[in-house]
Formats: sequence, structure tokens, C-alpha cells
Amino acid sequence: MERSRRDILKLFGISALALSTGPVLDAFAAEEAEHGAAAEPYVKMGDKALKAQQWAMVVDTRKFKSEEDFTPLIDACHKIHNVPSLPIKRQEIKWIWTAPYHNAFPMSPMKFVNEKLEHTPLLVLCNHCENPPCVRACPTNATFKNPDNGIVMMDFHRCIGCRFCMAACPFGARSFNFRDPRPFINPAEQNKQFPTRTKGVVEKCSFCAERLAVGQLPACVEASDGKLVFGDLYDPESKVRELIKTNYTIRRKQALGTEPSVYYIV
Amino acid sequence: MLELALKGSKRYYGWMGFLLAMVGVGFLIYLKQLDFGLGITGMSRDVSWGFYIAQFTFLVGVAAGGVMVVLPYYLHDYKAYGRITILGEFLAIAALVMCLTFIIVDLGQPRRIFNVWLYPTLHSVLFWDTIVLNGYLFLNIIVGWNVLEAERNGVHYPAWVKPFIYLSIPWAISIHTVTAYLYAGLPGRGFWMTAIMAPRFLASAFAAGPALLILLCLIIRRTTSFDPGREQIQTLAKTVAYAIVLNVFFFLCEIFTVFYSQIPEHMDHITYLFVGLHGHGTYVPWMWTAMGLMIIGIILLVNPATRKNEGVLAVACIAVFAGTWIDKGLGMISGGFVPNPLHEVNEYIPTLPELFISLSIWCLGFFVLTGLFKIAVSVKEEVRE
Repeated sequence: MERSRRDILKLFGISALALSTGPVLDAFAAEEAEHGAAAEPYVKMGDKALKAQQWAMVVDTRKFKSEEDFTPLIDACHKIHNVPSLPIKRQEIKWIWTAPYHNAFPMSPMKFVNEKLEHTPLLVLCNHCENPPCVRACPTNATFKNPDNGIVMMDFHRCIGCRFCMAACPFGARSFNFRDPRPFINPAEQNKQFPTRTKGVVEKCSFCAERLAVGQLPACVEASDGKLVFGDLYDPESKVRELIKTNYTIRRKQALGTEPSVYYIV
Repeated sequence: MLELALKGSKRYYGWMGFLLAMVGVGFLIYLKQLDFGLGITGMSRDVSWGFYIAQFTFLVGVAAGGVMVVLPYYLHDYKAYGRITILGEFLAIAALVMCLTFIIVDLGQPRRIFNVWLYPTLHSVLFWDTIVLNGYLFLNIIVGWNVLEAERNGVHYPAWVKPFIYLSIPWAISIHTVTAYLYAGLPGRGFWMTAIMAPRFLASAFAAGPALLILLCLIIRRTTSFDPGREQIQTLAKTVAYAIVLNVFFFLCEIFTVFYSQIPEHMDHITYLFVGLHGHGTYVPWMWTAMGLMIIGIILLVNPATRKNEGVLAVACIAVFAGTWIDKGLGMISGGFVPNPLHEVNEYIPTLPELFISLSIWCLGFFVLTGLFKIAVSVKEEVRE
């Protein structure tokens, strides 16, 4: 009795080992052959990939005049990432959208501000914080900070849909798939290069990690006609650093210490 | 001992059958949720946790409340509680079964639940919460079962159980502390980001858990030949009295800090709950009812004349249980999400499917509770014959 149970357990153990570690071991063996030494896991980059220590964005709010200036950016992002148009607003998915100044900067907003800021909305998106509370909260590492470029990433296949990251995010940047999003993506416009999501997982802006990997700027930046500037926060010569040096910029909820990587010129 | 749960009176079978039927209907609605997604609930992008997580939070408290009989008996050798310690432990088991079920029904991808242990993430409080909750469940099963079995056989429980008993006491504190830390460490949520969160959770737990236990003792006395004992009930009542006073006191501490400092991010949530914000105030009558119930509970429990009258005591316990349930099972979660991080007010109203699934999980808990209490009471009756 005891022996047969042990044998069965052993069999299970060996099969599990074979299933789970086989491919991994192969991969590591290949790595070792390539580099000659034990390799650290890393994210593979294309030859044309754009690289940065911490990607950052500068939003030049002075250049946005009205709603029409925002629509192409938002559409570009939502189309390329297969973001569905859901009928119920409270359960909608959005990666990048607009909010009035008082909502985008709710922590002690200025009581009296200039006309422009008072009446033109601001662009809001995931801040790809350097110290992200969502990553701290996630129980499975399904959301994580890419150590190579500082992007806060989402693994749609690992996410269990607990929504702890949504409670943790101080910027409301995360959306949850309350239902299957696929019927709400226009098949004619669907981007086959980017995955659609399943119900029950969280998603958000990825700073277009998939585009940076092949040498393209984020879709919103490309569509912005210079209103958005993208670059490496830790490269003193980068365009974002140039703008930050020469303009007064603010960040959302700076007092919380999450170190947002999106700067606003106001 | 399990056989004791299988034979009983017609009334027992009827009650268990009713609970099972409710669980069955709830399960069918859950299958619908599994198929459609969490869109069948009232939750939203802004209020991303709702009734399920609120019930979970409240019930972690009920589970932790069991320690209020375990601690005096095993640590201070308060002999009277020997009669009812097992009831506290079994109540904790039933509450934990509900907690874990509420977590599972709240997940968007429940099939991936084991990712939490496949990719252990030490910086996530939720990871630690699964450890402490499951640990507490096993501690109570091990301790409760072995001690009861020993009592049935007329012997002292085995010595190896003792360390588990001692471990279960701080562990009970840990489950509600860690559950409070789920909320209390989130930078953008002013309502939850307060160091008094864990103490307040524990105070309301030590009021709600023993209050329910008193009510259950009174029911056991009426429906079986086992009397949990007048002294036991009265001592428990004092625990409830102190705990509910502390709970209200901690709440007032919170009110002082928030409204004397006048930091908007901290004030807005409480304003929303108690007087409404920007014209939205669905929870206002509920919150004042909760406050009223807790105050009534305090008056009836602190006053010896009313506390010693078991009829009045039952009313007081219902008031305390209902008051803390509204406070934690309704206000605590939606209050933290409204207004949202962009200071927009989007209220949360649970839907019928969501409420029914929740109700059926409560029925599942009471199914487990009734079965376990049936075993415990049968053993007690057997031993005294």
C-alpha cells in the first residue's frame, strides 16, 4: 500500500518535472552555449529596437487646443491595441483618454487657473511609474516593471483578475474586462499583430512596448504631430530631458512618491 | 465523528436541504457569471471591488472573532469556556470557507487561481493573505477536531496539538491584520490609508464574531439538550461590549484626524458615505443605520441590567452584528472607491445576481456551520449522558 502510493507520487513528480522544466532547461542550455556562462533571463530585443533606461513622455498641453486634437491620438492607440467599444460606460476599457484639469490633478489643484487650463482637457494614461504600487500589489507578477526599459507591463495570460492593481493605481489607469471584449472590436479594424484579450483580465497602456521593440515610437506619439514627446528619462541628451530642462513641468499626484514618467508642460 | 452530522431530526434535514438548495441555485447563477464575466455584477472600472470582497472582509473578522473564546480558555485557563471553545473554532472554519469562496467568485479568471502559489510574489499582500487564511483554516480544523475527538473518548487531547493551539491565537490576529493591510497600504486611496485600519478591523471582528456566537449559543440552547451556559454567554457579552466600544472609538479617532486636518482626499470618502458628495448619497441612510445600531448595541451591552437579560442581549447582538456588517460589508469597500482617483463620483449598486450569489455563499457557510455544530453538540450530549 505504502509502496504503491509512493510509486504513483514518484511517477507524478517525474511527469510534472518533465512537463515543466523540459523546455526551460533547453532554453537555458541554448543561452549558455551562446554566452558561454550561466545566463540571466532577459527580454529579447529586435535589431532595430529603441532602447532606454526608463521610457518617459512629455505632454505639451499648450499645443492641444480642442477635443479634435485628442481624438486622433486616442483612436490610434485604441485601434492598434484592439481596445473594444463597450456599450456600458461604467465597465468601459480605455488606455488613454482625456480629463479636465481638476480631475487629472485632483490633489490640491490650483483654485484659480488660466483660462486655457480651465477649459481644455488633459491627456491621461498609465504613468509607468518608477515605483509602481500596482506592481507591488499584484499577487502573481502578471503586472511587472520591465527592468530593461522601465515599462510597466501586463501579462494577460498570467493575470487572475483579482483587480488588486486597480485598487492600487492612484491614476485610474487600469481597465478590467468585465466581459468578452472580442464582439466589441470591429473586425474590419482589428489589428492582427496585437492580441485581443479574454474576459476577466486587467489591461492598460503599455507605452507601445511592442512597437518600441521593432523601432517604432508609440502610436499616440506618432499621431500627435509633436504634441507628445517620447524618450529616455535617464539620457541627458534625450528630447524629453531637453523639454524638461527648458520648460516648467508637472506630474500627476507627485506627492505619493510613485515617480510618474509622464510629464506635463502647462 | 462525521457520522454525527449525517443523522438528525427531520427539522435538521429540512434546514440542511434548504441551505443546499440555495447553494445549488447560487451555483447556477455563478455558472452564468463564469460564462459572461463579472459584467453581471454592479462593479465598474471605478469601483472594481464590490459586494464579494466586502463580504470576504467582514467574514475574515467573524473568523478571527473565534479567538475570543480560544484565548481565555487556553491561555488564561478560563475553564467555563471549555464548553464552547469548539463552537468558536467551528464558527471560524465556516467563516473561512465563506471567505475563500468569496475570493474565488470575485476572480476574473478563477481557473488561474493557483498562479498565486506558482509565482509566489512576496511583495503582494494578497499572496500573504492566502497564506494566513488557509493556514488559519487548517489550524482550526486540526485543533477543533482533535480536541473534540479527545473529549468524546474521555481522554486529554494529544500533546502535539498544544503548539497548534498556541499558534492559532496570534494567527487569528494575523488574518485580520493582513486583510486590513490589503487596503491600508494603497497610496491613492485616502479612505483606507490609515494606520488605525487593522486595529479597527480587529475591534469590529471581536464584536461581530462573538455577537454571532452568542446568538448561536442561544439557538443551540433552544433547539438541543446542550446548554452552552449562562456564565459563558455573559462573559462573551462583555467581550462584545468592549469590542464594539473600541470599534466606535477607533472610528471617531479616524473622524478627528480626517476632519481636523481637513485634507480633501481623506475627507471626501467619509463625506460621501455619511452626507453624500456632488449629489450622490446612496449609502447615507445605510451608514447612519449602522452607526445607530452600534450605539444601541453599546447602550444595551454596557448597561449590566440589559446585558444580563438574555432576551435583550439577543437584540443587542443582532444590532452589533448588523451594524458592523453594514459598516464593513457595505460601506468600507465602496467608500474607498468613491470618489475615484480622478475625483469623479461613480456609485456602486450591487445587482441581483451578485446579491444572490453572495446570499448562497452565506448559505454554504451556514451549511458547513450547522453540520459542524451538529457534530459538536452531539458529542457534548453524548459525553454528558
